Amino acid sequence: MEQKSNGLMGWIDARFPATKTWEKHLAKYYTPKNFNFWYFFGSLAFMVLVIQILSGVFLTMFYKPDTALAFQSVEMGIMRDVEWGWLIRYFHSTGASAFFIVIYLHMFRALIYGSYKKPRELIWIFGMLIFLVLMAEGFMGYLLPWGQMSFWGAQVIINLVNAIPFVGEGLSTWVRGDFVIGDATLNRFFSLHVAAIPLILVALIFVHIVALHEVGSNNPDGVEIKKNKDENGIPKDGIPFHPYYSVKDIVGVIVFLMFFSIVVFFMPEMFGYFIEHANFEPANPLKTPEHIAPVWYFTPYYSILRAVPSIAGSAFPGVIAMGASIVILFFLPWLDRNPVKSIRYRTGWYKILIVIFVITFIILGILGTLSPTNGRTLLAQICTVYYFAFFLLMPFYTKLEKNKTVPERTT
Amino acid sequence: MSADAVSNSKRRFLVAATSVVGAVGAGFVAVPFVKSWNPAAKALAAGAPVLADISKLEEGQMITVEWRGKPVYILKRTDENLKVLESDVDMLADVNSDLSKQPEYCKNIARSYDAHKKISLMEGVCTHLGCAPTYVPDLNNPFAGSLGADWKGGFFCPCHGSIYDLSGRVYKSMPAPTNLPVPHHMFKSDTVILIGQDGSNA
Amino acid sequence: MKKTILVMLLTTIAMTNTALVMAGGGGYPKSPANVDVDDMASLQRGAKVFSEYCLSCHSAKFVRFNRVATDLGMTEAEVMDNLNPLGVKFGNTMTAVMTEDYAKESFGAVPPDLSLVARSRGLDWLYTYLTGFYADSSKTTGHNNAIFKDVAMPNIFWKQEGVKKPVYEEHDGTVVLVGVEVVEKGTMAPEEFDTMIRDLVAFLSYIGEPNQSYRKSLGVYVLVFLFVFFGFAYAMKKDYWKDVH
Repeated sequence: MEQKSNGLMGWIDARFPATKTWEKHLAKYYTPKNFNFWYFFGSLAFMVLVIQILSGVFLTMFYKPDTALAFQSVEMGIMRDVEWGWLIRYFHSTGASAFFIVIYLHMFRALIYGSYKKPRELIWIFGMLIFLVLMAEGFMGYLLPWGQMSFWGAQVIINLVNAIPFVGEGLSTWVRGDFVIGDATLNRFFSLHVAAIPLILVALIFVHIVALHEVGSNNPDGVEIKKNKDENGIPKDGIPFHPYYSVKDIVGVIVFLMFFSIVVFFMPEMFGYFIEHANFEPANPLKTPEHIAPVWYFTPYYSILRAVPSIAGSAFPGVIAMGASIVILFFLPWLDRNPVKSIRYRTGWYKILIVIFVITFIILGILGTLSPTNGRTLLAQICTVYYFAFFLLMPFYTKLEKNKTVPERTT
Repeated sequence: MSADAVSNSKRRFLVAATSVVGAVGAGFVAVPFVKSWNPAAKALAAGAPVLADISKLEEGQMITVEWRGKPVYILKRTDENLKVLESDVDMLADVNSDLSKQPEYCKNIARSYDAHKKISLMEGVCTHLGCAPTYVPDLNNPFAGSLGADWKGGFFCPCHGSIYDLSGRVYKSMPAPTNLPVPHHMFKSDTVILIGQDGSNA
Repeated sequence: MKKTILVMLLTTIAMTNTALVMAGGGGYPKSPANVDVDDMASLQRGAKVFSEYCLSCHSAKFVRFNRVATDLGMTEAEVMDNLNPLGVKFGNTMTAVMTEDYAKESFGAVPPDLSLVARSRGLDWLYTYLTGFYADSSKTTGHNNAIFKDVAMPNIFWKQEGVKKPVYEEHDGTVVLVGVEVVEKGTMAPEEFDTMIRDLVAFLSYIGEPNQSYRKSLGVYVLVFLFVFFGFAYAMKKDYWKDVH
């Protein structure tokens, strides 16, 4: 039932679905009442997006995408000369890492509560696309300060393209627009980082949320609340998103901002993980830093890349493995054959498999920040095998699970 | 019902309080972003006072010095010029510079320090739309054609034809509303002027 | 189940730490710099040392003199007279006395800019480096450095610190350099020299991030504000969620 409103809102509603949208997506969007800690990360990801866009827009006002000026425009212009520029830059550098922390936890939530399963496969796929685009955004953004890590990190990653047979070298030259990473590369990465990719990102987030609101949220019990409705057609286990989850998410955002502020104000470099020490030296194409590693959020995949030995003099298998480690996630809704969504009602040993998966992922991440030794490479190989086995064997082992009874209603 | 009313007023208070604190927080967050638009240290350094050496400046001559990216005219006038400034009052829009910008010590007919009456400093920025007026000392100047036979020297703005006298005072019925601004300045010695700083705004 | 997960995560963290310690190990041991960037007197002394010794060859081209004056509580005259060997404008940055062309000719390379050296190298490294020179007649400069082997930079403090010799120890059959010791006194007492180096490192830390002290003090206010905000928001959430059963 749509109620007729008068006054200004009535005038607007006759021309634009303001009240309708408000009700459909907030005031009358029914959300399971049993959300726990893990359900904060969606709204937090949105919060980080706002921080990144706001700080990014302002950094763009002071940054100069020119190899001769870029480092200085960041380290002198923004960090020293512009009033408060340092704070805006730390917002952005911390926000980049915060984005990945929040997104990884958000994805982990989906993994343990089966949020990727029917009917939410598309939400998961849109989410994976967001993750992919975010990696591109992070990678291109990291080149912009034009420090040693910016340069050599981009050098290593772009050279991965070289490993592609036949077209690799031509392709990497095309990406760089030069035979080395130079002015052309910096300019195109700048354009993509500040305009193209954010637009795609926002569009994907929009469809991610539209798809979510079409089917409704999953919950820690993996129960479809729409199956149990009262006489008014309202899910018995549902509460309107606004005000209940809006007030709850505000609390979550404030707690997040506390952690965020601790990093921004007290440890913006985060021991060299958020801003790497070598990036305080301007890019020097003639001198590689002693130890180079990608930013922490890429290191698990970088480890997988290094774990795979080259075959017949080609590094291509490693590149394939790295790509596959991400592509495989897209298929998660079809790899997991267990109809039960939430980990709460699945077999105990599946929980162990997930814990081991998280641990191997963390180990891969740590190994990716370190220079390889024989022992470390072996460890990375073991973890890589587990990573792929976890997903590729999923269609088989998920059929063997002995599930507990899933309740009718949320608990 | 009464318990509900109590809880409602409590809820209203909490919503209001949280909103106010949140709005204050948003205000704080806005500060760095707004302030980042202020001139950066680099611009401030470039806007620092500049020294001008006028030892070679002769009477009737003008030099232009750049300060904060703007031309500053330094004009050394003759005794005759100074006399003209006393007599041309009927033609001027703002004779006593009441509507114009200048430091207090230059708010006089010559628009200069009393001790250095002949030296006039003015920003070469027409008060109409910001063009740089041309110095037209006499009728031997290509611009002088439109100025009439009784021209006694002054400035002519090539953009929209505003005319100023030798202390930068604008003529009546010109597009430009006020006199040319005089920058803060001080004499370090008889031949060295510091532009952009005097005792008052250091 | 939760306990199992917790134990496994803790194990991972423990393993992580071991891995990181292993990664950090090796090489010459760094000594803690122990500097205080809020000690204005120390920073001012460090600035003086910097302009006298470092600025001859190195630049700090991101650092403006007027900013140093404001932050270190010095007057324009003090900065212009004591810290500015080239006599550049007050609002300008610290350029090296030696031109880059001359540096290339005589040293083969331009000495690195020091604006950010504290952030790229770290304070402990700088302290260890500056106190780590020892006599080595095989080098053209007459000195070598314990943490930066075969460094091109001459030991500019040789008069003050005296002659230092390397100290070696044998570990598992290999001889490693573990420190340096003074064998011939210089013009400064060892403690005096040490203070000078710490002042210099403090100043380098300051120029690496001039607003670091302000950043931290501001952070305290931000957190206090967020705690207050949290208090209200949490009470509001509690109140609303009374409705949910």
